[in-house]
Amino acid sequence: MSKKEWPLWEVFIRSKQGLSHKHAGSLRAPDAEMAINNARDVYTRRSEGVSIWVVPSNEIVASDPSDSEELFEPSQTKVYRHPTFYDVPDGISHM
Amino acid sequence: MTKEEALFTYLLRRADDTLILGHRLSEWCGHGPILEEDIALTNLSLDLIGQCTSYFQYAAQIEGKGRTEDDLAFLRIEKDYVNCLMVEQPNGDFGKTITRQFFYDVYHKLLLEALVNSKDEQLSAIAEKSLKEVKYHLRHSSEWMIRLGDGTEESHERMQNAVDDISRFIDELFYKDQVDEMLIKEGIIPDSADFRAAYDAYVTEVLEEATLQLPEKMWQLSGGRKGVHSEHLGYLLAELQYMQRTYPNMEW
Repeated sequence: MSKKEWPLWEVFIRSKQGLSHKHAGSLRAPDAEMAINNARDVYTRRSEGVSIWVVPSNEIVASDPSDSEELFEPSQTKVYRHPTFYDVPDGISHM
Repeated sequence: MTKEEALFTYLLRRADDTLILGHRLSEWCGHGPILEEDIALTNLSLDLIGQCTSYFQYAAQIEGKGRTEDDLAFLRIEKDYVNCLMVEQPNGDFGKTITRQFFYDVYHKLLLEALVNSKDEQLSAIAEKSLKEVKYHLRHSSEWMIRLGDGTEESHERMQNAVDDISRFIDELFYKDQVDEMLIKEGIIPDSADFRAAYDAYVTEVLEEATLQLPEKMWQLSGGRKGVHSEHLGYLLAELQYMQRTYPNMEW
């Protein structure tokens, strides 16, 4: 019997309508349809979601950790980019 | 036989099918071929055990003799269990478990779709809730039938062996006696003959895609609905009932 492992998939779950899909974890499955089924069984069994995306892990392009300095540090000194200078009226949630 | 007695027996048949199949699937817990499938099989198991609880509670209420759902599930003797023979068959390898599940799921879904229209409100409500779960069960087992049947040479051979074995229990799913006749007349349960053609059509469609074949008409086994079981049920019950028999009335 072949010992070849099934491909790895990244799972994204939308927890309710209006919110965006969030990375929930990863799993192995032979193909996309089975990945959806497995994601349903592994990640939504406690009513965590209303929609599932699965993406082959090897299709994800990630930033290189050694580039963090040039990618992320410049923004740390730009406080004016945070909308903290507005008064938010009471009763407005999800800001 | 009164209508209540017929309904009690029918509820036990539904309850025992789901209890025994749920128990069989629970045997996979910690032994699944991969983590994802281990979780999937135990999810199915929990769905079925939840369904059997509803049927047993209702059966206990209809019987009205003070027995509880636990008494019915754990403290009857083997010949009082009225599940069909298919669900008590041993798990075998993963392919056989999937094949058993597939042949039962097709029937289960068609039955529940019809049972939703029952004139008995309680039964209709249980069917409606269970149907959502069972639709997924069928999707899960159908996908696996196709992938394993039309997979490697070895998986194909194992699946064909499983189909040959489990298909001996199909006719019993459509078994009918005076219990069924009475309840059909009252509009409480559907006539399973009405969805036999749909059963055969769906099975054929999936098996064709899976490059598997139903064997030439084989000797069909039955007896489960009358409490006449294969040798496997006794061993299953010994394990299932162990705690209640050893520590009567224990709760957890």
